[in-house]
Amino acid sequence: MFEPFRYDFFVNGIIAAGLAGALTGLVGVYIVLRKMSYIGHGLSHAIFGGAVVSFVMSINFFLGASVWGVFSALLITVTARKRTIGADAAIGIVTTASFALGIAIISKFKTFTRSFDAALFGNILGVSDGDLLALALVLSVTVCTVFVGYKLFLFTAFDPEMGRLYGVPTGWVDIMFSLILAATIVVSMQVLGVTLIAANVVIPPIIARMITNSFKRMILLSTVVGSISGIVGIYISYYIDVSSGATIVLVGSAFFVLALIYNTIQARRHRIRSYFKKKSAISRIPFSAGKV
Amino acid sequence: MLHPLPHSPSYIDPVVRIEALTGGYNGESVLESIDLTISHGDFVGLVGPSGSGKTSILKAILGILDIYDGRVLVNGIDTSVRRPRVGYVPQLETIDWNFPVTVEEVVMMGCTMNSPLFPWVTGLQRKAAARMMENLGISGLAKRHISDLSGGQQQRIFLARALVGDQQILLLDEPTSGVDIKTRDDIMHLLHELNHQGITVIMTTHEINSVAAHLPRVVCLNGRIIADGPPYKVLSTEILSATYGGPMPVIHHNGMAIVVERPHRFGYHARKDVDMDSSDLEHQDIV
Repeated sequence: MFEPFRYDFFVNGIIAAGLAGALTGLVGVYIVLRKMSYIGHGLSHAIFGGAVVSFVMSINFFLGASVWGVFSALLITVTARKRTIGADAAIGIVTTASFALGIAIISKFKTFTRSFDAALFGNILGVSDGDLLALALVLSVTVCTVFVGYKLFLFTAFDPEMGRLYGVPTGWVDIMFSLILAATIVVSMQVLGVTLIAANVVIPPIIARMITNSFKRMILLSTVVGSISGIVGIYISYYIDVSSGATIVLVGSAFFVLALIYNTIQARRHRIRSYFKKKSAISRIPFSAGKV
Repeated sequence: MLHPLPHSPSYIDPVVRIEALTGGYNGESVLESIDLTISHGDFVGLVGPSGSGKTSILKAILGILDIYDGRVLVNGIDTSVRRPRVGYVPQLETIDWNFPVTVEEVVMMGCTMNSPLFPWVTGLQRKAAARMMENLGISGLAKRHISDLSGGQQQRIFLARALVGDQQILLLDEPTSGVDIKTRDDIMHLLHELNHQGITVIMTTHEINSVAAHLPRVVCLNGRIIADGPPYKVLSTEILSATYGGPMPVIHHNGMAIVVERPHRFGYHARKDVDMDSSDLEHQDIV
């Protein structure tokens, strides 16, 4: 059971997966509730283009991907506000163009293809101390931001139009979360892979939402579920020899099925309780049907 | 206890003054040359067809409508200069009832106006929210999810959010739409009570007979103001027909104006035995 922990790469990988899972789960709450899931999906593909360009130009990966990510996030957020284009079309144009650029460069410089398997699907073998540090840093900044801006995030996610009326800078909150999402994708790319990050941003918050009706508890649950999915996923991926990103997402999906079953049972119990409550209330009415 | 009469407005003390306002969205005017003065303690109903500018007037008072000409003053301050401190209750249909938020959390959002950039809710604000929930009879529901409540209780949550920052002007966008008769009655009694406590209430409504006819002041609107005054003066066939752009027969019953519908001929061929003729209305006391 503890055999894989003898390898440094595995220890690094499992820590990275726990941190990346917690980070995507935390950021995902706002993204899902603000109905920005498609932005998460698109942004991860857009950043792939930046990662490839930085590799070809021999620029530091984090620097290249981050600059590209920030640029894409701002472009998507600003374009999505234009009514004439529409958010979905704007995201589609920006992200597919960026992803296509990455693919084009890879097919031109075929020698790089193998290196980018990890970026596409995730690979724990390549997790360095630098990656861990970057993950820890982004997670810390995100936790602090959510803690300090809790009230603003809640209002913006729940009722952005009223939030603006009450003086909440909802536009800035959206931009800030797009930037945090971009940073999350850049630092999680090695573990989860760009094609699977979006799933990890969406699944933990949805699981948490099915279990709780409280925003605060949803944040905590989503972070914990994301982290556990990451750790369990990496552990399983070691034994079944499947890419880490795919295994983490499959573990998250299994948790989702469990949450769905729990949710269905709860809803059924609630319906039965309401039925008997209503029945006993009706029987107390003196002239109800059957007693006249 | 409910007061038998609405709070008397103080006509020397206007809280909202709309002067020659022309405004709308994306360069298109919805409101044309609107002049309207609302005094402290007024209880005003805005009626008119869909797209007539009822919600736009509320947005103008809130300072979020594009103003092309004229100005809106709230408590003497131009809304384009400073966003006014006004409570607003949106249409409940626009609320995401599946959002994971409790009653208490929604009410405390109302404290944001006092300190929008301060990250946390202070102890004083928490107490104010508790007091407001107590006043509106929803303190026992503080920890419940917003979708677990009845229509009337849901309306109270958003009333509490609108008033928790000590706002003295309350704007409501169709507060009685989509609720049953009992809930509608509860909401109107609550608004009446708040008005009697000195809060100026301005609301839009589509329900002329059941809501507007009972208000102290009604403004008929269709891009411009058609009529403004007490319902017994404003709710007439002539004025409502001009407001809605179609026949709106009004009869009087026990001193109250009632808009009646002209019989239509929907399904006439299927029910030839029923002789429905619009001339049936002619013997009624149409005003």
